[in-house]
Amino acid sequence: MPTFTMQVFRGDARGGNFKEYRVEVDPGMVVLDVIHRIQATQATDLAVRWNCKAGKCGSCSAEINGKPRLMCMTRMDLFREGDPISVAPIRGFPAIRDLVTDVSYNYVKAKEVPPLRIKPPEPDGTYRMMQEDIDRIQEFHKCIECFLCQDVCHVIRDHEENKRAFAGPRFFIKLAGLDMHPLDTVDRTAFVKDAAGVGLCNITKCCTEVCPEHIHITDNAIIPLKERMADEFFDPVVWLLRKFRSKRKVPA
Amino acid sequence: MANHDYEIHEHDVLVIGAGGAGLRAAIEAAAQGVSVGLVCKSLLGKAHTVMAEGGIAAALGNVWPEDNWQVHFRDTMRGGKMLNNWRMAQLHAQEAPERVLELERWGALFDRTKDGRILQRDFGGHRYARLAHVGDRTGLEMIRTLQYHGIHQGIDVYMECTITRLLKDGERVCGAVGYWRETGRVVVFKAKAVVLATGGIGKAWKITSNSWEYTGDGHSLALWAGADLIDMEFVQFHPTGMVWPPSVRGILVTEGVRGDGGTLKNSEGKRFMFNYIPDFFKGETADNEEEADRWYADKKNNRRTPDLLPRDEVARAINTEVKAGRGSPHGGVFLDIFSRRTADYIRKRLPSMYHQFKELAGVDITKEAMEVGPTCHYVMGGVRVEADTTQSTVKGLFAAGEVAGGMHGSNRLGGNSLSDLLVFGRRAGLHAALYAKDFGGTLTIDSGQIEQASRAMLAPFERTGGENPYAIQSDLQETMQTLVGIIRKEPELKEALKRLETLKQRAGKVHVDGHRQYNPGWHTALDLDSLLTVAECSAVAALERTESRGGHTRDDHPYTDDTWGKVNVVLRLKDGRLQVSREPLPEMPPELRALFQERK
Repeated sequence: MPTFTMQVFRGDARGGNFKEYRVEVDPGMVVLDVIHRIQATQATDLAVRWNCKAGKCGSCSAEINGKPRLMCMTRMDLFREGDPISVAPIRGFPAIRDLVTDVSYNYVKAKEVPPLRIKPPEPDGTYRMMQEDIDRIQEFHKCIECFLCQDVCHVIRDHEENKRAFAGPRFFIKLAGLDMHPLDTVDRTAFVKDAAGVGLCNITKCCTEVCPEHIHITDNAIIPLKERMADEFFDPVVWLLRKFRSKRKVPA
Repeated sequence: MANHDYEIHEHDVLVIGAGGAGLRAAIEAAAQGVSVGLVCKSLLGKAHTVMAEGGIAAALGNVWPEDNWQVHFRDTMRGGKMLNNWRMAQLHAQEAPERVLELERWGALFDRTKDGRILQRDFGGHRYARLAHVGDRTGLEMIRTLQYHGIHQGIDVYMECTITRLLKDGERVCGAVGYWRETGRVVVFKAKAVVLATGGIGKAWKITSNSWEYTGDGHSLALWAGADLIDMEFVQFHPTGMVWPPSVRGILVTEGVRGDGGTLKNSEGKRFMFNYIPDFFKGETADNEEEADRWYADKKNNRRTPDLLPRDEVARAINTEVKAGRGSPHGGVFLDIFSRRTADYIRKRLPSMYHQFKELAGVDITKEAMEVGPTCHYVMGGVRVEADTTQSTVKGLFAAGEVAGGMHGSNRLGGNSLSDLLVFGRRAGLHAALYAKDFGGTLTIDSGQIEQASRAMLAPFERTGGENPYAIQSDLQETMQTLVGIIRKEPELKEALKRLETLKQRAGKVHVDGHRQYNPGWHTALDLDSLLTVAECSAVAALERTESRGGHTRDDHPYTDDTWGKVNVVLRLKDGRLQVSREPLPEMPPELRALFQERK
């Protein structure tokens, strides 16, 4: 069995450093398996978050050789036996211990998003929606909340001060999904502009690149949100029209 | 321990577990205007429900108007080999459609029919295409919908918090005690009513589709608090888990693959399921490939493919094929959809499966067959509850979802779990809230119970020389896998109980390194308590039931026995010891019984 050298971050909010572990690796193993093997045999208190080990729950986000990835979906055969592999916690969030970070920012932002408020049903009490009208939103609903997109987002990665008025890519797809929902009645444009701060995004597409679900975050969610916002607030014709016309949606 | 060493939170209703059942219960309780606390072992939205793939069974009748609750009820009872609590199965079939429509009103986007209604797919044991779904990630849609609806309902959510004991005030439950994973500090919840929604016990087996959380916490908490457990011998081995590479062994492959046209084949390329049609299902199962293939499009004139027999039947068949030397190279069988459906169709209908095999096994399921084999997936047994209210045999203690017993009898049909979570999650929340509102007197928390629980939690740090908890957990999983697996026999079950006794001794001396802050070694050590408890319950019940039925197959008692069809195996603690008894099933009323005579 090949033996790999793993450099795993050990530490907490006060700091820490990389500790080296030599681990035998079986065929097909992923980085999370290796971390578990270290736990079981060398460091029982090595802290890591995980649940499904199948890329569905989004718990085991980390930075592997500097790249934000899910540990459970990163196969060891990506790496060469002689090369050391570093595993660090996602840097965009405060450290708790070892590979575990405090992601509560995301739960705060989640709660701020004005929820769905749906229109009245058809006469039979149910709703009709066409598949082609929900395809795009179903893409957003694939999100497993691994928060890797939030981790790499330049707006907040090294700018704690921006976190207050910035929702981040995960919540831009949430907002876009609500906005495009065929049954929704809420106008969130003011929220998108002010509280969610979509204007701060400069479309570098880092979020899209790291998304393990391959959601087109920038193209399909952020750009449409920016366009809506621009139309609504900065287009003089729309601004005038709005003065005289009743709005389709009710402000949040 | 002095009072200031732990924090206390007080609620009318405390829900333990935040998967589908727990979230639905919390939402319903909050709607009743009571104060609700929701405790989750992981972060919110990461519970096991997120992994459910195929769909939610509900007789909406969108694809087959012939479908209705009576047909769903009948399928469920027959799938469970008639051992189900009939009233639970009835409520489930009746209420599931409304629960699905309610999810849609809360924002869920299910795949659509051509006329814009909720599309439904075929699944094992269901007479009609009945599963509302979103590709093969239905559980994700469900948990996200409940999560984002739930966070606006005034529920207090306690994340990464593990409960280790329930607190009692005389005969009734009055709260719970546990610890924060992040800090390791003790936390106490005072509550008029407690809802258990903790899921299953699958982590007691080595090859499992279940995550680390599935350590039977709720089953054990209930048992320790004096509640009855039923049907603990019935464990579902899902027929199709991944088998290769070794590190992914056990990860689920949705039944939707077969629902959407995939078939099982052995190493000779034969569709072997035609050789395993039991008499019980002969009338409704195709006995030749042509009829089976026609059935997907024309259900009126054809019988169902045997690839979609209930899971217990398919898992046993795969087991037999592999033992007979007709397995795939890595000890499973082949699941072929690539030769039967177009690549576009497969990618659209089964995106997660495509992704999962491509990334974890290097297999392109649109071009080659998958290798699959049985994996421990679900426990039918659980807390004995009153069907309508979900209240256990202990006052103020309710249970819903996988932790509750009775609904699925001896074997659960695919798709009936997500609907179970919604139907009984809602009922648990409702009745727990009503109970809390009716509750007159005051609750007294006994500090002695808290201290005892705290001491037990901290003991692994204080011992010296004991074992590493991971070694014990792994030996436990090995024991259950080899001795209490798909096929059981008396000497092996007795051997398992002997080994579990030794494991208990070892667990009593377990030692952990480090400190209390986010220490997985310590968490694993504490989980051993419940894991060993449910393992023993399962083995004891399996030894008791001397017949084969559903998710319990005895090599030494290979037939289904009508006398056993009238009783549940009931477990309860008496003076600290596990007591086994056989108690009669609730009797089905004649009008429902008639449903089983009308059709073949």
